Amino acid sequence: MNKKILEIKNLSKTYYTKEKEILAIDNISFPLEEESITAIIGPSGCGKSTLLNIIGSLENKTNGEIIFNKKTPRIGYMFQNDCLFPWLNVLDNCLIGLKIKKELTKEKKEKVISLLKNYGLKDFIYSYPTNLSGGMKQRVALIRTLATNPDILLLDEPFSALDFETRLRVSDDVYKIIKKEKKTTIIITHDIEEAIAFSEQVIVLSKRPAKIKKIYDIKLNDTFGPIQNRMAKNFQQYYQKIWEVFDHEV
Amino acid sequence: MKSKGYKKYLKKIRQNKILVIFSQIFILLFLIILWQKLVDNNIINSFISSSPKNVVKTIIDLYLHNNLIHHILVTIYETFISFSLGTILGILIAIFLWYNPFIAKVIDPYLTIFNSLPKVSLGPILIIWVGANTKSIIVMSLLISLIITIITVYNGFIATDKNKIKLLKSFQANKFQILRYLIIPSNYPTIISSLKINVSMSLIGVIMGELLVSKEGIGYLIMYGSQVFNLDLVITGIIILMIVSYLMYLLINYIEKILIKTY
Repeated sequence: MNKKILEIKNLSKTYYTKEKEILAIDNISFPLEEESITAIIGPSGCGKSTLLNIIGSLENKTNGEIIFNKKTPRIGYMFQNDCLFPWLNVLDNCLIGLKIKKELTKEKKEKVISLLKNYGLKDFIYSYPTNLSGGMKQRVALIRTLATNPDILLLDEPFSALDFETRLRVSDDVYKIIKKEKKTTIIITHDIEEAIAFSEQVIVLSKRPAKIKKIYDIKLNDTFGPIQNRMAKNFQQYYQKIWEVFDHEV
Repeated sequence: MKSKGYKKYLKKIRQNKILVIFSQIFILLFLIILWQKLVDNNIINSFISSSPKNVVKTIIDLYLHNNLIHHILVTIYETFISFSLGTILGILIAIFLWYNPFIAKVIDPYLTIFNSLPKVSLGPILIIWVGANTKSIIVMSLLISLIITIITVYNGFIATDKNKIKLLKSFQANKFQILRYLIIPSNYPTIISSLKINVSMSLIGVIMGELLVSKEGIGYLIMYGSQVFNLDLVITGIIILMIVSYLMYLLINYIEKILIKTY
């Protein structure tokens, strides 16, 4: 059993609009282990992204606690849209976080360059984003996030803008990078298969207001990476179990 | 090696380009000759409609005796001053409004009213307040270009991709950093296109101002010509203005190309 990096206790969030109050997240609690990948799934509009925004302190919580194992945890975000700046080359895009945090040093720049080299972007360091494929862009976006050396990675539907095949390959790449860099990760998705293939823990949320329906520990047989994981023998069993509790939209 | 088909394709493109330029020149020459012929055959009256020969004569006369170059330079100078002021102030005010959404909301209807008001109607007030001089020409021109710059640039600013703002916020960027790293660079094209609009807006403003108050400039030549019923001078003024504004357009296009290349 690994150390806990983060614990969420009785978290709630209420939105106010002109017409009414909306309870978006209702009393959610779960722990997060170091170096683990947790997938959060739920029907669209259930409040998954809100939950992630609260953990990443982009939004305020209404009630509850988020307890990190250190005082100022560093958080890295990755979005559905790669959000690369077209006027910056790949390297400068990756350095933007460090620049903003005023932490850009020579060593850190070297580290980013070596990340780019290690993950198949060697020939594209000085290219502009328009010259990259969708998969490459997402890899750059991940390296941009890793550059600030976050304690925890938050991935908000990072692959849903990609077509199916690219999505499989990119998620495989991203998975391997995350594992190699040993990052604790939360990934949000509405795709059950992706959740099982990508993570060690799947949290199933109900439709709004989001409550935890069930938490599954995923233990697939002798496979590594989302592509292989999909071929594991017990993959289907997990799929079936989750499918049954999932709030399907009609 | 270029294949035969490719060569043929390139040749076709080249031919097409030549044809376009040729036709453009042809239209110009045709109009000038037609104009001259109509005057020569007394179908139209050269006293009212001038003629190409008279225009050339007037240009030479202005150049030799009336300091034509000075008049052109005055107009260009005034346009340049109000263009620069309008652009810089406009962008600064747009930044200020972006920083202060509350003020932006409050001031919105006033901007709209001011934008839709035909600025020339303020001419008489300007003359009284600022005086019948270059200053009021520049103020007139500024009024025309400034408001539209503020509105265009500010709208570009607030239309910046929300996801990218969220990304920078996830790095704990402050508002100034968001402005510097995202809002301004991503609105580069907006700013350039507003520069383009501004050049012609400033020129319109300057000519309007010159028609109202000035003692020099191309607008003054046109106004003076009409007052003494010298239509040769009026039409010559208009033609010089066409050439000047076209050259300014070419210049700004050229600048745009350089800037976009480094973008």
